[in-house]
Amino acid sequence: MLIKKAPDIRESEVTPRSWYVRRREFLQVAGSTAVAAAVGATGPLFSGTSTAFAQNPAAEKLENLKKSPLSVADEKINAYKDITTYNNFYEFGLDKGDPARYAKTLKPRPWNVVVDGQVGKPGTYAIDDIMKWFPLEERIYRMRCVEAWSMVIPWVGFPLADFVKRFEPTSKAKFVKFTTLLDMKQMPGQSEPALPWPYVEGLRMDEATHPLAILAVGLYGEVLPNQNGAPIRLIVPWKYGFKGAKSIVRVTFEENEPMNTWKRMQASEYGFYANVNPAVDHPRWSQASERRIGEFFKRKTLPFNGYADQVASLYTGMDLKKFY
Amino acid sequence: MTQTQFIRRIVKPIVFAAALGPFGWLVYNAFWGDLGVNPVETITNYSGITTLRLIAITLALTPARWISGFNPIILFRRMIGLFAFFYGTLHFMTYFILDQSLQFGGVWDDVVKRPYITAGFTGFVLMIPLAITSTQGWIRRLGGRRWNLLHRLIYITALAAVLHYFWKVKLDTTYPVYYGILMGVLLTARLVQRGRKMAAVPPRRAVPIRREA
Repeated sequence: MLIKKAPDIRESEVTPRSWYVRRREFLQVAGSTAVAAAVGATGPLFSGTSTAFAQNPAAEKLENLKKSPLSVADEKINAYKDITTYNNFYEFGLDKGDPARYAKTLKPRPWNVVVDGQVGKPGTYAIDDIMKWFPLEERIYRMRCVEAWSMVIPWVGFPLADFVKRFEPTSKAKFVKFTTLLDMKQMPGQSEPALPWPYVEGLRMDEATHPLAILAVGLYGEVLPNQNGAPIRLIVPWKYGFKGAKSIVRVTFEENEPMNTWKRMQASEYGFYANVNPAVDHPRWSQASERRIGEFFKRKTLPFNGYADQVASLYTGMDLKKFY
Repeated sequence: MTQTQFIRRIVKPIVFAAALGPFGWLVYNAFWGDLGVNPVETITNYSGITTLRLIAITLALTPARWISGFNPIILFRRMIGLFAFFYGTLHFMTYFILDQSLQFGGVWDDVVKRPYITAGFTGFVLMIPLAITSTQGWIRRLGGRRWNLLHRLIYITALAAVLHYFWKVKLDTTYPVYYGILMGVLLTARLVQRGRKMAAVPPRRAVPIRREA
């Protein structure tokens, strides 16, 4: 499997230590100046939001994050406010503004994740423990929604591969299934039959152990906001966003391909693989282009969301029009 | 002032301003407020739903006139119809400029391949001759009977608009279905009225033909 590594960072590009130590101050000053200029000059139509919503001061910060060569380096990261107020999380309502409005009923602590199925070491683990198992990394990834919009998001998480390895999957484990919380009190949208609850997603074993796949526990250097899938969610950047199951409570290793929720809902339109592919249209709309949030005109969608070099080999010989 | 004069000089400008409301909201939020995380989507969806609503109101005016017996209602039909066309144009132009980067090839590709765009484009295009022939001059040129026949194209536009909406939404078809029922009711009302007219003796003109302002 060829994994192309991004080029190393030059010494001259390293941030001076004195700046680094005062980076939050710098960000606040720079950020507010930039916003004032932007709002004055171009208006909210162009920046997408009327206020730069930097970090939430009440959120718990995640420290000592490793940077990753797998992060995108050359694209503008979307604003925190955009990432946290434009969400498809039907457990809290169908409107994209609903999760930010209603996700306060979600209680990410205490939270347990059950690991079971075809593994040598099944068990139930508290999220706070899980977060200590692996060094947390910053992963800046593109996210492409099946609805044809996209963002660049600075996740915080750890490789799913490391998580999987820890449980010693047996030879029968061909797939990994992720299940979201089922709790109508915490997730009021689950009292509507919008989707069959709980939300289920899955990956083939080689996809799950690919270096790009992560379990995310944070965003913009802080713990995940509820509306983004707190406290732990899946991120598979070369696939459509709906593959990224949120608020995971169970990880099951299975012999057979799990029936993921959107495929169960509408198999003619949503499949198991859901690889970003401009050559395979959604039955009702084109997937050849996308609106990057913050931009006006649409941009061309890239095969595998621009991660083709790293993941295309997982699918050689597979008819991607059939296995969408 | 006669009743008609009152309507023309006072009420119509108020309704005109009200119909500009949604456009005003968009302009205001574009420059001084907030069009949300995905402004193009906000503009597209809001202009689209306004078009659909104005088509419904236009179609409701004649039945309202029959039911109430208040003939001057008809004085608003052209204005509301033209506003529906205005918002439809805004909706289409947003798509043409920002989704298709002014490429007509891209538009045609969509019209041919995506049923929801086939429906939307059809509905929009059919409004063009209606907008052009909305004037008194054209009513005279075509004659009342032919003009009325041409303007029945709005029925196709109304159905096309509902299909466009229904086929576009990802999952939640609640609102497209509501509008479908609404349009169904409005179109059925006309069929019923036409049935009654056929059965009855042709009535003498209730409202004399007069130049509409």
